[in-house]
Amino acid sequence: MEKILEILHEIRPEFDFGESDNYIEDGLLDSFDIVSLISIIEETYNINIDGLDVIPENFATCSAIASLVEKYK
Amino acid sequence: MKIKFSEKKITGILGVLPEKESMFDDEVGNYSFPERQTMRLKKVMGFEKHRLSKEESTASDFCIYGMSYLLEGKKIRKEEIGAIIVVTLSPDYFVPHISNIIHGHFQLNEDVLCMDISQGCCGYLLGLMQSFMLLDYMKDKKIVLFNVDILSKKVSKHDRNDFPLVGDAASITIVENDVAEKDIDFRIFTNGKDRDALIIPAGGFAMPSNLETSVMKKTDDGNERCLDNLHMDGAEVFSFVQTKVPPMIDETFKELNIQKDDIDYYLFHQPNKFMLKKLADKIGVPHEKLFMNVVENYGNPSGVSIPINIIHNLGKEMTEKKSKCCLSAFGSGLTWGMMLLELGHLDFCEMIESDL
Repeated sequence: MEKILEILHEIRPEFDFGESDNYIEDGLLDSFDIVSLISIIEETYNINIDGLDVIPENFATCSAIASLVEKYK
Repeated sequence: MKIKFSEKKITGILGVLPEKESMFDDEVGNYSFPERQTMRLKKVMGFEKHRLSKEESTASDFCIYGMSYLLEGKKIRKEEIGAIIVVTLSPDYFVPHISNIIHGHFQLNEDVLCMDISQGCCGYLLGLMQSFMLLDYMKDKKIVLFNVDILSKKVSKHDRNDFPLVGDAASITIVENDVAEKDIDFRIFTNGKDRDALIIPAGGFAMPSNLETSVMKKTDDGNERCLDNLHMDGAEVFSFVQTKVPPMIDETFKELNIQKDDIDYYLFHQPNKFMLKKLADKIGVPHEKLFMNVVENYGNPSGVSIPINIIHNLGKEMTEKKSKCCLSAFGSGLTWGMMLLELGHLDFCEMIESDL
């Protein structure tokens, strides 16, 4: 989780991701941030996320992102 | 819709590009996002450079430029033409149609059929479909299929979601009858319910362009665009492509008893590198068989992307040998489709740069 928060901060340093319970609805991540996030996550964890899993729900919270990473590890 | 075409072939493909090449690095400052954030997308999405037409150039200019090149090079003769089909989202006028402008410019015979089709990303597949259908009534006459889009004029330069992707281009494909050719399998599907995922809201009769529609506004996604501009809901289009295209290919291959390895090249529409990589992985196709490099070299030229893909990646090879190809496109409509055919031994397959 810590690593994921680190990546999120790298993508959007201006936001406090600890303060939000839905990054998408709160406007912390847009669709292009998700593309960047996937690219960094895939490289960091050496995984390949299926295109069908590229949906906002999987990137709405830190725990949702962590679950997605776990699925492919 | 499923169609099997017999005794039809493509005999030549010409790409026509605008002269101007605009670099992504030079455009970063036009967007309201932090530069570091925008630059991160460069590699992932394939943002590098794109071709933009001049302000005064029209779609018919590109068609006439390419057609003049073919006629002067004797790659086609006027007397051989049975029909002109133009597929575009960038008409010069509501009336007259671009096909009529081309017909008039070259003073073609009165029995040459002229037809414009309004289509976006699937424009090449639908243009070929219409050409193949017409050929049943053309005997030894040829169809000249023009695909042309200069949509950069309709995209806000301050819209990071859309502008880095767009590219202007035209192509001319010669299509004719040949009894020796193998069957061509074609599939096309539509979901009009989600049509607004790709839209230019103003400019038609539903919302004529006026001063109000040209006012630039800051949008929720941090971009700036007006109602006269093209907008794509990237997330929705991405999801639609990943959901619809792989099953269409799997089901068609199963039905026709074709293995993925039987296909030499997967020549797909070119929306962006990220989407194509995910699509290739989902379909289970090696990346070297599914090219993803059109956006980084030219931008996404909508319905012209498949011919530009073919010429850029296989231009010389297409004149020397035949390959089993799977063409696929997906986009506005929402529409998605595919075509399985043997492509090659073309009389020409080349790209030219215009001064347009």
